[in-house]
Amino acid sequence: MIKGSKELIAYGERSRFVTSVRIPHGGRPSPDAFGLVFHVATPLQDSVGVITPSSLHYVATTRGSFIPDIDPKEHSLMIHGMVDRPLTFTMEDLKRLPSVTRLHFIECAGNRATPRAKNVQESHGMTSCAEWTGVLLSTLLKETGVKAGASWFVAEGAEEVKGASSMPVAKAMDDCLVCYGMNGEPVRPQQGFPLRLMVPGFEGIFSTKYLRRIKLVDRYYLNYNDYGHLDQDPKVAALDYQIGPKSVITFPSAGQLLPGRGFYEISGLAWSGGGAIRSVEVSTDGGRKWNRAEIKGTAYRMAHTRFGYQWNWDGKETELLSRCTDEIGQVQPSRAQVAKYWNVPHDPAYRVPGLDNSIQPWRVASDGSVHNGLA
Amino acid sequence: MGLLRVLSLVLLMGVSALAQSPTYGVGRTPSAEEIRAWDISVGPTGAELPPGRGTAKDGAQVYVKRGCAVCHGATGTGGPAPVLKGKPAEPTVDAWERGRVLPVRSPFATTVWDYINRAMPLGREGTLTADEVYALTAFLLYINDVIPEDEVLDAQSLPKVKMPIGDGYAPLPDWKPKTRRLRGYPY
Repeated sequence: MIKGSKELIAYGERSRFVTSVRIPHGGRPSPDAFGLVFHVATPLQDSVGVITPSSLHYVATTRGSFIPDIDPKEHSLMIHGMVDRPLTFTMEDLKRLPSVTRLHFIECAGNRATPRAKNVQESHGMTSCAEWTGVLLSTLLKETGVKAGASWFVAEGAEEVKGASSMPVAKAMDDCLVCYGMNGEPVRPQQGFPLRLMVPGFEGIFSTKYLRRIKLVDRYYLNYNDYGHLDQDPKVAALDYQIGPKSVITFPSAGQLLPGRGFYEISGLAWSGGGAIRSVEVSTDGGRKWNRAEIKGTAYRMAHTRFGYQWNWDGKETELLSRCTDEIGQVQPSRAQVAKYWNVPHDPAYRVPGLDNSIQPWRVASDGSVHNGLA
Repeated sequence: MGLLRVLSLVLLMGVSALAQSPTYGVGRTPSAEEIRAWDISVGPTGAELPPGRGTAKDGAQVYVKRGCAVCHGATGTGGPAPVLKGKPAEPTVDAWERGRVLPVRSPFATTVWDYINRAMPLGREGTLTADEVYALTAFLLYINDVIPEDEVLDAQSLPKVKMPIGDGYAPLPDWKPKTRRLRGYPY
């Protein structure tokens, strides 16, 4: 029995029997000794459905940050540069404008499968999906007008590092969203309260938190955040923006235990920066045979999509894999396929160019324990 | 019917005329001072750079006085914070091989200035004067063999600094909606 309290009436809590938590990502303490927040991964192994609860959404910061404590009454968004009319919008202004609500994933470029990962939280936990509410950036840019020749824009935050990224204006006009809402309430401070840019399908760093300024410019600005994308090879540089098609099985996944042979619904998530997921396939025999998985509900553009596959485990050692195809026909590759395309040796140290979207194998041992197939 | 057709034509024209001007009239015009105060992202032309100047000699002093050396080490290496000194310039060493160090790898010196100005020192961001940022930029470029010790950096000279990478970095793709991220790449 849970005794009622003022606090629980005001804002509810999950059961004490539910213990799923985020963990610092990549072996770096978060918070550190100074209270700086670094990368934090979401517990995908416990996820159901497609929405990541705001309290469990992954977090990443430009270089480690103190989370700013911004009074929304003091916050505003300025749009200037190559526009007809520079404009400043208060939070109240933004909420007066026509809103849109969309499901979108955000994924960090550091979400990279490794042989070291002991579970799906370590290998894939730097992606999350939430329902985002706000104003289309294109709506705001129609208010300011965009001058001919404006080809890029710089989005900048209000936190102490003032994280800034350069993005093509074509993306701004297509589907960028200036968000004040997340999962039915204001965006959380770790996610950019009171205002965050959502850049669907681009690497997570572009979705600028604590958004306070957008400047329309006529060239690539190479802000510090952009510097991280700098590359020698134009083909690799091209892969550092839009995220490729990607999926992973969340149950059964490494660290979990199957109690015995028999029926299990294999469950997982698929997503792509190229649009909606068109199909997902699951293999239960190490990739020899691929079976069409069931897509649960509607597959939205640039959103996590839940899939399921009905499986009868015979109790023998095997390997489980998933791969997806998106609406523009991009197919999730194996690491060996990517290495072959780039004509490089496929070994455990091979680094998939761009955001790693390779197929993750999970090895099921005959005792029901599940392990990282890359290890 | 004729009248209706004329009416709908008038409505259509009205809508298209409105598209050229604000639809909702929400938001206010920021003052020139407000724009200047926030306009801190410095692009390759250096248009946003404020007045000020500094040399590597000045910068060596600022580097100690402002505490940079405590985190980044006395010579730009050896501290707990990221390394600021790459491998020395040599005719046989490609610029890309000199390390992922901002004052070596960035194609524009403006990015070095911009990052020091917006994000340093850690926990005291925004406290450096423009002269100090020019001086620190000059110091970092000097210890990485990019400019001589006595070169004066200011709003005019900084964007003209020839960086080791030159234009030897990849151009970015012309992004379009619903398009593969790399032409011909099946994944």
